[in-house]
Amino acid sequence: MPDITLPESLRDVEAVRSVRTPAQLDYQVVAGDATTRFLRNITKKRIVGQRAPGGRVYVPPRGADPELGQATPIEVEVAQVGTVTSFCVVNLQFYGSGMEIPYTSALILLDGADLSIMHLIQEIPADQVRIGMRVEAVWRDDADIEPTLESIKWFRPTGEPDDVNVRIPGEKRGTGLGSWPGGVPPTELVVRNPRTGLGGTAADGGED
Amino acid sequence: MRDIAIISFAQTPARRSVPELNEVEMLMPAIHGALEQVDMTIDDIGFTCSGSTDYLAGTAFSFVSTLDGVGPWPPIQESHVEMDGAWALYEAWVKLQLGELDTALVYAYAKSSPGDLPMVLTRQLDPITVAPLWPDSVSLAALQARSMLDSGKATEADFAEVAARSRKSALDNPNAQLAWDRPAADLLDADYHVAPLRKSDCAPITDGAACVILAAGDIARSKIERPAWIRGIDHRVEPIHLGLRDLTVSESTRIAGEKAGVSGGAVDVAELHAPFSHQELILREALGLGDDTDINPSGGALAANPMMTAGLIRIGELATRISNGSANRGVAHATSGPCLQQNLVAVLEGEA
Repeated sequence: MPDITLPESLRDVEAVRSVRTPAQLDYQVVAGDATTRFLRNITKKRIVGQRAPGGRVYVPPRGADPELGQATPIEVEVAQVGTVTSFCVVNLQFYGSGMEIPYTSALILLDGADLSIMHLIQEIPADQVRIGMRVEAVWRDDADIEPTLESIKWFRPTGEPDDVNVRIPGEKRGTGLGSWPGGVPPTELVVRNPRTGLGGTAADGGED
Repeated sequence: MRDIAIISFAQTPARRSVPELNEVEMLMPAIHGALEQVDMTIDDIGFTCSGSTDYLAGTAFSFVSTLDGVGPWPPIQESHVEMDGAWALYEAWVKLQLGELDTALVYAYAKSSPGDLPMVLTRQLDPITVAPLWPDSVSLAALQARSMLDSGKATEADFAEVAARSRKSALDNPNAQLAWDRPAADLLDADYHVAPLRKSDCAPITDGAACVILAAGDIARSKIERPAWIRGIDHRVEPIHLGLRDLTVSESTRIAGEKAGVSGGAVDVAELHAPFSHQELILREALGLGDDTDINPSGGALAANPMMTAGLIRIGELATRISNGSANRGVAHATSGPCLQQNLVAVLEGEA
């Protein structure tokens, strides 16, 4: 710290150690076209993903296919049943959450979708949730259905046998989640360009 | 210096609000349009750089989702500036100067409609002593306009001339948001909006997006007949405290213009990013532009002012005029921050 000589009037005054400058800005955030179509289908208790021509099925859709860089005008209804691809058990109460702890938050890959959605797992003790578990959507009562993913209260186990080859979204090879396809780290060979077809092949770990 | 040119420019029509689309949906037509004009795809692009700010739409990390619009897979070389896209273009120009890559795609976008823009812009001010006072962007510009009047450098009639000329020029701009033909004298009949500024002196609030493609040397020549070569580009910033500056001049613009080489030849066209009418007068003086320069034939920011985008649009509009042969050499300017705090100047030229 350099030596600072304060003017007489400021000597011996208490230093200002912090200031509070609260700020609030209000926004009217719009859903956009893709999400509007998705949420309208939710009000009909249908889960409808979207894709670009030649692209993967995105649920929930956010307007653009990140592989093709294109809009996703084609609607594809996916199943209301899927596989847990990852989860965490929340043991911490935090602001804004009305959930009773512990509860489980999971990534769920719905059958027919290429992107997993995040939702709650209930009707099973938190410590029994596992990767590969098959789960199904539990909807609110019909009168309470609104254009929000909260219209699905949570997912619960279907009782089907686990999917032992949990599919990594975007890869056709079944693997244990958290591992790389075939146990091999991604290289240029398995990173295939979906637009040009250059890169990996089915034989060496990419898509066919 | 490596020869780098603008070879393509596309923008979305400027609108007060685009409520039916999210940001990436609004942006994609600009990106696709710029690529298609020169028969390129993202796989032909070496570097992608964007300009935007999440404060506008109130959506955290929205610039990450908008990147989906270019198709960033397999992973691409990419960067983002929390600034006008003109600065993203500057970063891309520097990147191409390194000589490793030959092409770059630059885009910018803003949805200002979800929030209260003049209030949102207070968040860029000094967080301890100024931002807590919530001085809105129009009021700060009005302080600057008042300084202009009191210094005797301009009159309200001069402001009105700029406003009238800009909106009249905008009649020829299909992407303009505000375009009309009214005599400047009539504008003075209107009440003040924030004195001494009238509504006609202020840029509209705009949702919109734009995209520019850069290419080096022979690649640029192979893509279009008349690339708009970047002969000079420079940007300078001034202190954040308005009280430290003489608001009637733009010293940062003057220096940037000097470094970019504005005075090295005739300036056929100047596209100046002046969101308030009096600021055009300051910029013209700072850049030494005379009556022989066509100022803002697009209508400028007074015709459409998508935040983080209007500066990039100035560069794109000038490049379009050079590429179509209606101008040979020109100046594009972009600004950022309150009262012309930060300024970028680019000199573009057709093949000599």
